[in-house]
Amino acid sequence: MVKVTIDDVQIEVEPGTSILNAARQIGGEVVPPAMCYYSKLPGTGGKCRTCLVEVAQGSEKDPRPMPKLVASCSTPVMDGMVVKNKTSERVHENRGGVVEFLLINHPLDCPICDQAGECHLQDLGYEHGAAGTRYEEERRTFDPIDIGNKIKLHMNRCILCYRCVHIANQLTDKRVHGVLHRGEHAEISTYIENAIDNDFSGNMIDVCPVGALTDKTFRFKSRVWFLKPMEASCECTKCSGKAVVWMFGNEIYRVTARKDKYGEVEDQDGKTGWICNDCRFDKKDVSKWNIEGPRKINRHSVISQGQYLSPRSNAKQITDGNQ
Amino acid sequence: MESLSNRKQVVSKKEMTFMEKIYLPAILGGMWITFKHLFRKNNTTKYPEEVREFAPVYRGQHVLKRDEQGRENCTACGLCAVACPAEAITMVAEERVKGEEHLYREEKYASTYEINMLRCIFCGLCEEACPKEAIFLTDRIVPSNFERGEFIYGKDQLVETMEERIDITKRQHTGKRGKK
Repeated sequence: MVKVTIDDVQIEVEPGTSILNAARQIGGEVVPPAMCYYSKLPGTGGKCRTCLVEVAQGSEKDPRPMPKLVASCSTPVMDGMVVKNKTSERVHENRGGVVEFLLINHPLDCPICDQAGECHLQDLGYEHGAAGTRYEEERRTFDPIDIGNKIKLHMNRCILCYRCVHIANQLTDKRVHGVLHRGEHAEISTYIENAIDNDFSGNMIDVCPVGALTDKTFRFKSRVWFLKPMEASCECTKCSGKAVVWMFGNEIYRVTARKDKYGEVEDQDGKTGWICNDCRFDKKDVSKWNIEGPRKINRHSVISQGQYLSPRSNAKQITDGNQ
Repeated sequence: MESLSNRKQVVSKKEMTFMEKIYLPAILGGMWITFKHLFRKNNTTKYPEEVREFAPVYRGQHVLKRDEQGRENCTACGLCAVACPAEAITMVAEERVKGEEHLYREEKYASTYEINMLRCIFCGLCEEACPKEAIFLTDRIVPSNFERGEFIYGKDQLVETMEERIDITKRQHTGKRGKK
């Protein structure tokens, strides 16, 4: 076990744990945001740089600070390491710069985007973003395309986190989409349009931190904050059948996997609870689901607006699971 | 006991004098004030011949604006409906298809947009919430009606026409466009 100090909180973790995961074991304010790292998908991380932290002391043996900020998702902890996240002015400033870079090509179409309200880039922009833009060039634009008959790709909104590529690599036997070109010209695309027909391809919608990949069956149907997320389960031979159904009155508008407060799919029965395309896209009938009860929503999330909680409900329950 | 706050006042129960007891000077004093008002300037506005001027930020009937090219600004983002404390606003979004680019500014638009004027409290929060400068309250008064159903205003009553555009420049003092 190695000892690390993150924002003056000390914790003992397994050797080889990344700083980000050590911070997540502490939880709360010290956790750096992550746009590309996804703990359930090996190989992700190190691309978006939003999880930058300052290492004030490298280790017990070599107490020199690291000269540059490091990406906490891909830097393993050392014994006696001292990390600063929230307490470091440099981190805040640099993260603001990273957000500005992410927003260079990202359109400000949150009023249109289906991800608005549960978008991680929106949260980041709210915390770090500037009111105006300094970018004067044209933003790169693409037409939205269909990848498969259920998923819409808005390449404009993509921040190239590669999560969807990793999920296609790891969940499916044959990946049919990836990142084409390089640098400024890089884009997510399929080899041939309409080539995606795997049973679990819909999960790329859930892992997308922005609104680049959206559910066509839910496209423009409603806004997430008008819907009520309910935990539901169904009999499914392909997946765990445990999902969140987003309801409006007695109608199911969309189905997603159950996500934790970091926006990652929760474990169900010891396995990651990815859901299959049948559950996600086709089961929109209430009779097919066994509704277990309302999903716990973070009190500060816009999704919880209009869902009046009684003052007696347990505050811990409300603030924990962030959907 | 001494008062701790030292703010205690003893109520006086003074006996009235003779002049106060007959009440006449007080009555005459009151009559004199009433008489003086006969020569004051009249405050009444003789509506409907005379119409009082509205404040530039008067909050009356809503308008859904179009841009310079006549495209609807509203993208059915639902922020006005969230902001509305009276739950008066409802809408249905639709995707713009090819060939409708001259009608709607963004790829999503409101196919129906309804404001229930009986629920509306004219607080102006919808206007404040709108990210697209689409909804504004104007200085028009919602007319009365005999039917309750008539008070649910749809897009036909809310969206401005290009022939009769509704001027809201006076209200835009806080928005980006108002600053220049």
